[in-house]
This record gives sequence, structure tokens and C-alpha cells, in this order.
Amino acid sequence: MSMLSALKISSSAMTAQMVRMNTTASNLANMDVVGSTADEAYRAKKPIFKTVMENNTLNNFEASVKVNGIYVSDRVNTQRYDPQNPAASDDGYVFMSNVNSIEEMVDMTNASRSYQTNVEVMNATKKMMMSTLQLGK
Amino acid sequence: MSILQNPLGIHGTALKLREQRTAILASNIANVDTPNYKARDIDFSSVMAATKGHNMSTSHGRHIGASNYQGLHGENMIKYRMPNSASLDGNTVESNTENSLFTENSLRYQATSTFLNSKIKGVMSALRGE
Repeated sequence: MSMLSALKISSSAMTAQMVRMNTTASNLANMDVVGSTADEAYRAKKPIFKTVMENNTLNNFEASVKVNGIYVSDRVNTQRYDPQNPAASDDGYVFMSNVNSIEEMVDMTNASRSYQTNVEVMNATKKMMMSTLQLGK
Repeated sequence: MSILQNPLGIHGTALKLREQRTAILASNIANVDTPNYKARDIDFSSVMAATKGHNMSTSHGRHIGASNYQGLHGENMIKYRMPNSASLDGNTVESNTENSLFTENSLRYQATSTFLNSKIKGVMSALRGE
């Protein structure tokens, strides 16, 4: 039943893209969060995608996706001189988040496009299954 | 007599192969953002030709021949696609190619399924003899 596994593969990809969308939303939401130290400041999060191959001989051609963990960006948190800020350190600096908004927007567009494509694949697969179920009628 | 010995002809095998190709192309589309994933596909006509060669032999005229299509055995039938341009993360999926091939495959699947339907209807009307 490769048709059902095609549905499963597309749904695994949709789940993965949704995780990516959620990390992007978190990153954009926390873009302006500041901290008194570099550890307190927000760091961008990125999902790591991994292929899951079926190793059964009957369906070794099927490859779904899973999120293999979340990577926390190690880009340097920039400092801003803002002595009025309650979070400012003794010498008057706050640590900004290391989120790059352009990168996040690109990621968001990419994730939503990939999600849409997988929805299309699911729809097409469903149509094919329905036509097979109607055979002989 | 051939329509009653093997009423569905080659279309049953073709439908099964098209179905498996759907899963392969869906895998490629699903892994469009996975680093180091290599897009795969089958050469439909060569796999179809190979299924004809591996006919199970029957030692008696009244044996029922088994379906000659056993599945996509071995990696030699599944090939890696050559990408048009390299990408930094080692992924070779090109979504335009995959989407168009997926559409083509699903159209051909529909065509095969229509052929099968006509075959079944033909046999049914032959059996009824009305």
C-alpha cells in the first residue's frame, strides 16, 4: 500500500515544516527580548531535519522526515548601550537577541511553501486512491 | 482466450509501479529541506521491462502463473537524480522537477486506472453475454 505511505510521508513533512514554522514564530516574537548577560538574552532556535529511511525490503524506497532536535544559534549576542533599561548591566549595556529577522522571514516563506506543496501531494494522492477504489463500478 | 487468461494485461503491474513511484516522489518532495538528502526515482520503462524478464515459470499447463511483479527489489532499480545545480547543504531535490514529475506520474496513474476499468468492464460484459 504505497499510497497510504505516500500520505504518511507527506504528513511527516507537514509536521516537520510546522515545527520549523513554530521556531520561526518564537524567534520573531522574542526578537526584541533583551538580557543583562549573554546567557539571559534570547538565542534563535532552528530545527534540524533528518531523513528516516524504511529499511524493510518491500518499502526501502520510502523516506519520511523527522525533526532530529532543535539547534540553538551560537551567533554572538550584540550589546547595546542603554543605561535607562532596567535590564542594563552595571556599565550600562543590554544584550540583544541574536535573531536575524531577514533570515527568519525567508525561513517562514520557505516553510509555508513546502507545507503547501505537501498538502497538494496529499490531495493528489487522495484523488488517485479514490479512482482506484472506484475500479469496476 | 487471452482476455480471460490474463484479463488485466500489463495494467495491473503498471498501476502497482506507478503507486510505488508516487511514494518515491512524495519522499523527494517531503525531504526538500533535509540536508544531504539525495532525490531518487525509477526509470519506469526499464523497470517495466525488467518485470517481464522475471516471469515465474510454471511446470504444468494448468498451473496458475504468479504475478510477475515482485516489487522494487534492490537499490539498482532506484536511481539518484542528477541535479541541475548544486546546493550548499548537499540536498539534490529540485522542487520544480519533483512537482512536475509527481503531476505527470499521477496523470499516468489515472490513465492506467482508466484502462483497467475498461478491461474490467469488457470482461464483465463478455461474461454476461447480454
